[in-house]
Amino acid sequence: MRYLPLTPDDRAQMLDVIGAATIDDLFADVPAAARKSEPFDLPHHAGELEVERELANLAAMNRAAGAGPFFCGAGAYRHHVPATVDHIIQRSEFLTSYTPYQPEIAQGTLQVLFEFQTQVAALTGLDVANASMYDGSTACAEAVMMARRVTRRKKAILSGGLHPHYAATTQTIAHAEGMDIVRQTVAFDAEAAVIAAIDSETACVVVQTPNVFGVATDVTAIAEAAHEAGALLIVVTTEAVSYGLLKSPGEMGADIAVAEGQSIGNALNFGGPYIGLFTCREKLVRQMPGRLCGETVDAEGRRGFVLTLSTREQHIRRDKATSNICTNSGLCALAFTIHLTLLGEVGLRQLAAINHAKARRLAKALGAVPGVEVLTKRFFNEIAIRLPGDATDMVEALLEDGVVAGVPFSRLDPDAGLDDVLLCAATEMTLDEDIDAFAQALSRRIGQ
Amino acid sequence: MRFTKDHEWVSLDGDVATIGITAYAAEQLGDVVFVETPEVGKTVTAGEGLAVVESVKAASDVYAPLSGEVLEANAALADAPETVNQAPEAGGWFAKVRISDPSAFEALMDRAAYDAFLETL
Amino acid sequence: MTMQTVGRPTRPEDVQPLATGFASLTGGRGLLQDEALIFERDGWNKTGVDLPEADLDGSDLGDLARAAPIGLPGLSEPEAMRHYVRLSQKNHAIDLALYPLGSCTMKHNPRLNEKMARLAGFADLHPMAPVSTVQGALALMDRLSHWLKTLTGMPAVALSPKAGAHGELCGLLAIRAAHEAKGDPRRRVLVPTSAHGTNPATAAFVGYSVTEIAQTDDGRVDLADLEAKLGPDVAAIMVTNPNTCGLFERDIIEIARLTHAVGAYFYCDGANFNAIVGRVRPGDLGVDAMHINLHKTFSTPHGGGGPGAGPVVLSEALAPFAPAPWVVHGPEGLTLVEETVGEAAQAFGRMSAFHGQMGMFVRAYAYMRSHGADGLRQVAEDAVLNANYIKARLSGAMTPAFPDGPCMHEALFDDTWLEGTGVTTLDFAKALIDEGFHPMTMYFPLVVHGAMLIEPTETESKQEMDRFCEALLALAQAAKAGDVDRFKGAPYLAPLRRLDETLAARKPRLTWKPSSGVAPAPLAAE
Repeated sequence: MRYLPLTPDDRAQMLDVIGAATIDDLFADVPAAARKSEPFDLPHHAGELEVERELANLAAMNRAAGAGPFFCGAGAYRHHVPATVDHIIQRSEFLTSYTPYQPEIAQGTLQVLFEFQTQVAALTGLDVANASMYDGSTACAEAVMMARRVTRRKKAILSGGLHPHYAATTQTIAHAEGMDIVRQTVAFDAEAAVIAAIDSETACVVVQTPNVFGVATDVTAIAEAAHEAGALLIVVTTEAVSYGLLKSPGEMGADIAVAEGQSIGNALNFGGPYIGLFTCREKLVRQMPGRLCGETVDAEGRRGFVLTLSTREQHIRRDKATSNICTNSGLCALAFTIHLTLLGEVGLRQLAAINHAKARRLAKALGAVPGVEVLTKRFFNEIAIRLPGDATDMVEALLEDGVVAGVPFSRLDPDAGLDDVLLCAATEMTLDEDIDAFAQALSRRIGQ
Repeated sequence: MRFTKDHEWVSLDGDVATIGITAYAAEQLGDVVFVETPEVGKTVTAGEGLAVVESVKAASDVYAPLSGEVLEANAALADAPETVNQAPEAGGWFAKVRISDPSAFEALMDRAAYDAFLETL
Repeated sequence: MTMQTVGRPTRPEDVQPLATGFASLTGGRGLLQDEALIFERDGWNKTGVDLPEADLDGSDLGDLARAAPIGLPGLSEPEAMRHYVRLSQKNHAIDLALYPLGSCTMKHNPRLNEKMARLAGFADLHPMAPVSTVQGALALMDRLSHWLKTLTGMPAVALSPKAGAHGELCGLLAIRAAHEAKGDPRRRVLVPTSAHGTNPATAAFVGYSVTEIAQTDDGRVDLADLEAKLGPDVAAIMVTNPNTCGLFERDIIEIARLTHAVGAYFYCDGANFNAIVGRVRPGDLGVDAMHINLHKTFSTPHGGGGPGAGPVVLSEALAPFAPAPWVVHGPEGLTLVEETVGEAAQAFGRMSAFHGQMGMFVRAYAYMRSHGADGLRQVAEDAVLNANYIKARLSGAMTPAFPDGPCMHEALFDDTWLEGTGVTTLDFAKALIDEGFHPMTMYFPLVVHGAMLIEPTETESKQEMDRFCEALLALAQAAKAGDVDRFKGAPYLAPLRRLDETLAARKPRLTWKPSSGVAPAPLAAE
């Protein structure tokens, strides 16, 4: 048992100091009926090699995204992460530290969070960012509930372009908290329809850009309509690299912006851990959920950082807290901020341009396949295409050709009646040959 | 000036009550960092929440000592919450409320009664 | 002989010990460097990556394209490496010394788990990839579920919650859905006064009003008070077991019985499961729902505050209401139930976009397999042994909050022993920093005055615990001897001295802001 330092001698000596005869004496408060005496039907301890073998076998049963042409997006994107990022996040002082409750010996984590908050605020064009949330979808739910606290209204309008899983998460969590969630009909360009639904009861409207079909939208008019009615505009983004090319939520009038930050610094990880980005206008900060890091000075007047405005949080407010959230996504935020620091403005813009160029190439190639219609006109790195048949069947067929073609929309929302729609993303990881292979295989399959 | 057992103070000018927290409360709370003042126009009921005062370590509800309508909130506290510590029973006031029942004011403790009450704590 | 006298001296000169106030000329402190923010290095046009030219033959983005600069600095790779490594050296970490934060369970994080989570078959796996291409990932989730269900003696588990508090929310939503399915929505949730803040926050969040239950003098739920407060409008009780005082709730089975008798559910906060894993099954205690912090009991790294993972085990009564998605065995292998329709119609919804914290699942599973059932039992035993050892060693100098009987995985002290010394719990904790240790959890649980909650975990050696105890005993002696400055000014030797949290909260400065091209004036203490 390589993780346990105590020897049998240590244990005996320690029991002696404690004044207990056996270890069982220390479990004396456990009712007899609850003491598990017979062994569990589970294997006994195993060495590194054995464990490594089992997990390597499981991993080998999966087809990694990098194994061939791969076009899945829909809220999780495959990007290149510099080697430096993974090296730094595995440093003991970052990996094995806790929430920075003792700021004097956690300045590393705290300065990183301060830098992270500043970067995220800049990306979204808003004033303040928190120290991160679990992921984009839970950040979306938290934003909706924050809008309720700000406006003291209960109705949230979710655009039909919002990722269906984000809508479901928000429906589950914000509805539980007592909000009325109005989810609009799913449509490729659903954003315009939001304006007509805004009324004096509306706390917020939630609009995603680029939306789940990849459609990039200028939401300025929606912001104006929301503000006119005293409501907030929440802008959701699931592909953070798009900030490098597209107008920011803040520039378009958003009051709160939330995003999935996985694209920067973090691997696909089969859905988690990811990192929710959360930013808002300065005047709303007291209603913000989650941890916040702020600048201050120490007893000698030197600059330092602390967690601040913590009276919003559960450990002090208890049943009056802004949220029950306790942790953030610290290590994922670290990976995000390191990657973004390596990119810088220059690199992020370039990376975004490459992604856009790849997607344009993909749209062109797929659009040229007879029977395929590219539905998304203005996009960043993801498009929706209409196939002549069921998209799920086509994905299965193309797998035999070695191509992972994308995410059938019906997997995200089986009730939308969009069974022939496929979401396809391209990033800097996508080779031109991958695109050609996809288009050729698709053409062949449709021809059959 | 009148006082409550929840450590609010009230001073009355006509039917307009100015409300804050006592020096004792401010001392107990420690460094005040934020005050959430009520919205102007809001109707408040005696004994219900009027404002929230936050120190670094705690958030405390401030109860309305009297019922009425909020006429004004102390906007200066937004930039200078420390006023609550520095001048709790003067510049650190929270809100001005037009009270509906002036006789309720007289029912609150006077300074001597409040001081005596503090002795019992 | 040849007299070679050139070379560097190899012994320190005889010098007087340095008086206080020594400062280097440039602010450097040996290995510890002052480190400017990334925004203060004039890296506005720098980058640390080499990317190919974008092959853009035009764009239809028009006015959607970003025009204004973002305002992001860049650093070259060597600069970035140095920046983050320098910052890292200002952090305490488990890998440096004992990290006795009670209720947080800071134990060793095996690097095998890191290596496994980075296998391309797990890390480079898309959550919406065709199910036939992710069979190994689903099998891992299935095996993890099996272990969690077996160890807890519970029939079902929802894997998707992303942290402990998220798990609490999941459990209470399942409870709410179960009551609503019976046409009996209820209003109240009972929570002991010693509960972690997330418990009442979660209950209030879900729309329940919170009623506090009193605690007995020996740190347990007051059964009489519980009975008095239970009623037909109570939806659930939330009890942490072992509780936040580090004690096992002796009456836990009776608590469950009373709760069930009024038709309420028993939510157990499993934050302290590490004290009983392998020895006690929560299912045998009458628990209906319990979250398991994989980052505590099963040692996934805390990472400076997350990511965690908070799977929730559920009883038969609550299992039908578990949120999507989950793994099922189908005719063509494993598959995922992702929509709340058909057989899943009672599911209360979805906790997040995808399937949960897969990266944490891999780590936790590797940890479980490494320890095995026998090792996990030893984990609980050593965690409890270590805590009792520390309690025994310190009890002469400090006052245990509950001196009678053993504690579980953490030892709780109050501040009675500091009375009259002028030293507070905070001062004492800060002085511990100068001795090279992370302070214990302070002022929690709230029910104990000036609480100091010490959780060593099972991965501490006796030698390290002795070192820790000796530091505490020496400090206790210093406090009682009137060496107050040692405490009031502490820490002296940390990268920074005590920080002004009042200033941070009064004048929130949450982002770096350029003021006319130069750094803003530093904040001044008031």
